[in-house]
Amino acid sequence: MSHVGIVLISHSSKVVEGIKDIINQMVPNVVVEPAGGTEDHGIGTSVEKILQAIENAYSEKGVLLFYDIGSAMMNAELAIELSEHENIEIANAPILEGAFVASVESGMGKTLEEVKQAAEKAVK
Amino acid sequence: MELQVNHVITWMEKSNEKIQTNKDFLSALDRAIGDGDHGINMARGFNEVVTKIKETDYSTVSDVLKDVSMTLLSKVGGASGPLYGTAFLKMSTSLKGREKIDYSLFVNAVSEALNGIKMRGKASTGEKTLVDVWEPIVEQLQKDSDFEAVTIETTAKNSMEATKAIEAKKGRAAYLGERSVGHLDPGSVSSYYIFSALSEVIKEGV
Ligand SMILES: Nc1ncnc2c1ncn2[C@@H]1O[C@H](COP(=O)(O)OP(=O)(O)O)[C@@H](O)[C@H]1O
Ligand SMILES: [Mg+2]
Repeated sequence: MSHVGIVLISHSSKVVEGIKDIINQMVPNVVVEPAGGTEDHGIGTSVEKILQAIENAYSEKGVLLFYDIGSAMMNAELAIELSEHENIEIANAPILEGAFVASVESGMGKTLEEVKQAAEKAVK
Repeated sequence: MELQVNHVITWMEKSNEKIQTNKDFLSALDRAIGDGDHGINMARGFNEVVTKIKETDYSTVSDVLKDVSMTLLSKVGGASGPLYGTAFLKMSTSLKGREKIDYSLFVNAVSEALNGIKMRGKASTGEKTLVDVWEPIVEQLQKDSDFEAVTIETTAKNSMEATKAIEAKKGRAAYLGERSVGHLDPGSVSSYYIFSALSEVIKEGV
């Protein structure tokens, strides 16, 4: 069974590595790909890293992206425009809580839409 | 008059010179109402742009602008990367397949760039972002009927200075609310350098 892939986009690689660890401990069967920091390991986001993370997380069920602040969202949208895949969505949810809930749902085999909705309801 | 490949290359070189010279100033402006990296981001990005376009042979303006865009997208790092990257990408796309870039095609390209920035940043005028320079520039270009060095310089400078009085509604500075008033918007200052460089290219003869 394939699962919706999860991509975590943050200005810091440490943030997304940490979130990935938290999620993997509980949900080992879902691919969670970090895209944190710039190409040269600085604070920021990189559209190339995001595109690569989408490739790594991709399954026929699609990929859901989570972002932290400002430019992370711009680069997330840009990556979707540049990617060859169709079924990629951005979740408007807090990156940690949202991605956690999304991964649990994805692990149960839910669709991209279901996973996204669950994530966006994660914290009110 | 028409815009050619060598004009665009000179435009980018002059933009880069201004950005390198004012790198610390741009970062200081960003330190006041952001995270202090705007000068570093822009200096890194434009340095790479100049390196890239100098080592490549181009036959069309659209191709140069495409490389400018791709380099900024991948090298800048901050919000200004996707914003300027989108701006130059839209310019490139609107000029695709054109051999001769006359004034009206150029105006159309800059106008498309502005639309791209607004779409990418979900921003409009009066929110203390680089839109506050690009929008008046597009309006001015539409009023003029040919490449005018002086109006471009003056419009860019005045609108950049006007961002000081605005309260930020978009970008990092928006988190500061009223405390952002009284500071220039860093992205508007770097946009001013880019249009000031364009003005110089026109002065030397497009
Ligand atoms: N949503 C947005 N829409 C338009 N312009 C924006 C937006 N967010 C930021 N900017 C512009 O980007 C500039 C900051 O760029 P930079 O410091 O390189 O990025 P970051 O804010 O990610 O550190 C701001 O001064 C502003 O002009
Ligand atoms: Mg900054």
